[in-house]
Amino acid sequence: MKLNKLLSIGVLGASMIAGVANAEVRDIRIGVDVPYEPMEYRTPDGELTGFDIELGNAMCEEIGIQCEWVVQGWDGIIPGLQARKYDAIMSSMTINDQRREQVLFSDPYITPPSAWFAPTDTEIETPSEESLEDKTIGVQRGTLQDNYVTDLYGDVADVNRYATADDMVLDMDSGRLDIVFLDFPIGKSTLLDSEAGDYTTVGEKITEPKEYFGEGFGIAFRQRDEALAKAFNEALATLKENGTYAEIEAKYFSE
Amino acid sequence: MESLMNWLQAQLADNSIFTLQTLSYYGDGLVTTIQLVFLSLIIGLVLAVPLAIGRGSRHAWVRLPIFFYCYVFRGTPLLVQLYLIYYGVVFVEGIQDTWLWVILEKPFVPALVAFTLNTGAYTTEIFRGAIKSTPKGEIEAARAYGMSWSLMLRRIVLPSAFRRALPAYGNEVIFMLHASAIASVVTIMDLTGAARFVYARFYAPFDAFLFVAAIYLCLTFTIIYFFRHLEKRLLAHLKPASG
Amino acid sequence: MIDLHGYGPRLAEGALVTIELAILSLILAIVLGLATASAKMSRNWVLHRLGTLYTTLIRGVPDLVLMMLLFFGGQIGVNMFTDWLYNRFDIDIFININEFVAGVVTIGLIFGAYMGETFRGAFLAVENGQIEAGRAYGMSHWLVFRRIRFPQMMRHALPGLSNNWMVLLKTTALVSVIGLSDMVKVAAEASKATREPFTFMIIVAVIYLLIASVSEWGFARLQKHYDIGYGEAD
Repeated sequence: MKLNKLLSIGVLGASMIAGVANAEVRDIRIGVDVPYEPMEYRTPDGELTGFDIELGNAMCEEIGIQCEWVVQGWDGIIPGLQARKYDAIMSSMTINDQRREQVLFSDPYITPPSAWFAPTDTEIETPSEESLEDKTIGVQRGTLQDNYVTDLYGDVADVNRYATADDMVLDMDSGRLDIVFLDFPIGKSTLLDSEAGDYTTVGEKITEPKEYFGEGFGIAFRQRDEALAKAFNEALATLKENGTYAEIEAKYFSE
Repeated sequence: MESLMNWLQAQLADNSIFTLQTLSYYGDGLVTTIQLVFLSLIIGLVLAVPLAIGRGSRHAWVRLPIFFYCYVFRGTPLLVQLYLIYYGVVFVEGIQDTWLWVILEKPFVPALVAFTLNTGAYTTEIFRGAIKSTPKGEIEAARAYGMSWSLMLRRIVLPSAFRRALPAYGNEVIFMLHASAIASVVTIMDLTGAARFVYARFYAPFDAFLFVAAIYLCLTFTIIYFFRHLEKRLLAHLKPASG
Repeated sequence: MIDLHGYGPRLAEGALVTIELAILSLILAIVLGLATASAKMSRNWVLHRLGTLYTTLIRGVPDLVLMMLLFFGGQIGVNMFTDWLYNRFDIDIFININEFVAGVVTIGLIFGAYMGETFRGAFLAVENGQIEAGRAYGMSHWLVFRRIRFPQMMRHALPGLSNNWMVLLKTTALVSVIGLSDMVKVAAEASKATREPFTFMIIVAVIYLLIASVSEWGFARLQKHYDIGYGEAD
């Protein structure tokens, strides 16, 4: 009896310990939260694709290492990095000071603004405390957009927080949300270019204040993996020089 | 209680997580959770009484649909029911243009509908069992008095069934409180929703979830205490003489 | 036929994940349940208290909250430990609490508490006379447990066990919220992508009902097995 119990706990315990790593640049695993079209998403048969995925793979190839993608919900994506579930996060993560306390960022590889999106017939012209009063705003939970909206409009409007961006888009399509606040490319691909409804951006694209919007998207590493971050920064510079970056960019952000 | 307050004050004194703002999220969440659970239980209870009576009907067309309803809602996860109602209602043709949309637009009502149908199914079964186990003698006595079916139901069968159903129903109430945590999945800021928000904002799972777990624990104990008290009063006559 | 928009294979994989998860957590729950029942019936008051504390705490908090605590919190707890190992001894290991492990452990932990109550009631229902008779035959404690207490206890425990299993099966749906691709998660993703929630959610509901019906039949057979000898002996 007791032995059985110990054994089964032991087996579970052992299955949790997945490997031992060393500190050099090596084959790595990259954490990503899907779907976040066009940055990262899945085809119906489950394959990962998107700007981050393709750029990430190109960088790994440039460095000369194998990269494996690990899908992880946004809620647990930084803890997962620290738990060595994967060695980097490349998942439309904005570089900001709050996150810098937890992780080491690469140079920004793209700097998309955030933007408000609403149905074409919306009555909101410019988002402000007055125009958003009693409106329902959609954001993805724990994102910088969540922080921004919560701090600025949390008191006057209803803020609906979603675990994934596609939950939010569905509620937008069904008319449950008056307006959403999103990374611009994601809003463009999932709302402006979608056939489910007519959407428009509301007001200006937003990149300020920096305390919320940071400096662009970066790849996150564990604080001590400086060699790895350096390798990725060099690869990024090379890809920008040789045109690969522009190619991938054109593929996913055709205006 | 006092040590809890002291602990709370100590925590509040130096931390960046449990500020007045986040505490107000928990406070609002508590109100939402209680509203959701209380309303769904009440409506579910009102639904369950006639359904439990109908479940024992001689007519198959009354009995079978109720059986089917209970079977489906007890046999599938509440989360699936919630998804089905929350996302399903959107695809009813033209619903956005009717007055119904005003209430279905917010996540509260779809969640309430799902919770109510769910607890209604369980409560129906609980009452069904209690009605079935009505002592034969009570029924015979009522018949001997010349009571009609409805009078017998009202005066004899239901009151005694309610009492017998009490312990099982108490469990159902606790079950519903715990099940309500999934409301956060459809953006409702209930207690769990508040905890998920605090977690995502501060990356502080222990603080966020242990705090909310403690609140749920208090609620559970309150319910247990309430039902124990109720049982003591209502089931006093069923106790063995020595107890 | 129903158009699954290419989600069929992933849905089937999801169903397998659900079943694996349910069975593994059931095993863990039974082990924990037996241990808890023993602890609660033990004369050692520390064990007794521990058993009571465990069942009370677990049964007082929603499954979803416990799951998130373990999945998100467990991760950080483990991180602190491995970081300490790294800083102190330069040992760099990673311990990974993935969604599946978190799911099995949490569901196992939760239902261990319920199983504990079921088993305790069932053990107490085995008459002392039977155990004494076994001892009088010179059987060891272990033999008495295996030949007398366990089979008879199972007869009393089966209805509760079957009930717990049904609830456990439905609880597995919660892992979709922490990101494990069980069938509910796949169906939710498919519903959103194809805008056909009815198709996918109803399929999932039917699969749950099927699993429940099959296990109900299985439990009825088991009950028959453990009921052998009753009727004559009673």
